[in-house]
Amino acid sequence: MSLKAFHVFFVGLSVLCALGFGAWAIADYLRTGSSTVLLLGVLGFAAAAALVWYGFWFLRKLKNVSYL
Amino acid sequence: MAEAAAHHESPIPYMVQPHPVTGIPNGKFGIWLFLASEVMLFGALFSSYVLIRTGAPHWPPEGGLTSEIVNVPLGTLNTAVLITSSITMVLSWASCKMGSLPRFKLWMAATIGLASVFLVIKYFEYKHKFDLGHFPSHDNFYAIYFTLTGLHGLHIIGGIIVNTFLLTAGSKMWTTDPEHFTNRVENAGLYWHFVDLVWIFLFPSLYLL
Repeated sequence: MSLKAFHVFFVGLSVLCALGFGAWAIADYLRTGSSTVLLLGVLGFAAAAALVWYGFWFLRKLKNVSYL
Repeated sequence: MAEAAAHHESPIPYMVQPHPVTGIPNGKFGIWLFLASEVMLFGALFSSYVLIRTGAPHWPPEGGLTSEIVNVPLGTLNTAVLITSSITMVLSWASCKMGSLPRFKLWMAATIGLASVFLVIKYFEYKHKFDLGHFPSHDNFYAIYFTLTGLHGLHIIGGIIVNTFLLTAGSKMWTTDPEHFTNRVENAGLYWHFVDLVWIFLFPSLYLL
């Protein structure tokens, strides 16, 4: 597996991590009412969206590089 | 003929050309074997964590929630720093693929800088806990927290050393054997991604859940 394939896998897991963090932050905000946590949650969802965009950009940029 | 050439170009054969048996260069095969051993190391520690946690009557042992005794904003910032460093690492490799050494140096320097930022943030987290008297001997949570994050931090330091070599003295190989150098950067990138992947699991396990 090349760095390209491992990076795509890594970005996919990072998206899941960011979405999970966003969900955790929303749940924690409902429990504590902390605006800092809410802000972190929003940033988590924004990071997930940015990583999805980046993932497709990366695949386009390195379309000629092998997955091996 | 090509096989004979691959044997004679380097003291270690198949560092650039794929090995006929594995289909990949020997260096990449070696780094994957190393990463497999790392999976076993961190896997054993994670398993210990799961067993200790599920066997404990309360977690964390001192009561409350995990997120109340660790600094979630700093942990989140460190997660963002490491994910960004993986992106800069892969861009440094892509720059080699596209034949640009100056861009490689720029992205590799950014990777090293972000790794250093991670360690500085970790230092402040550790210092805060030590100031409160929370050492690994405090309870099982802190024992696991310091063992896992400490071992991970050592891996970050190892990555900084390798990446700094590639950025400085190691980059001289670019003039003589750019393809071999690109493979070295890729191997370093595979290691770096693994270290960052471990953090992706550590962060929710130790900070959120």
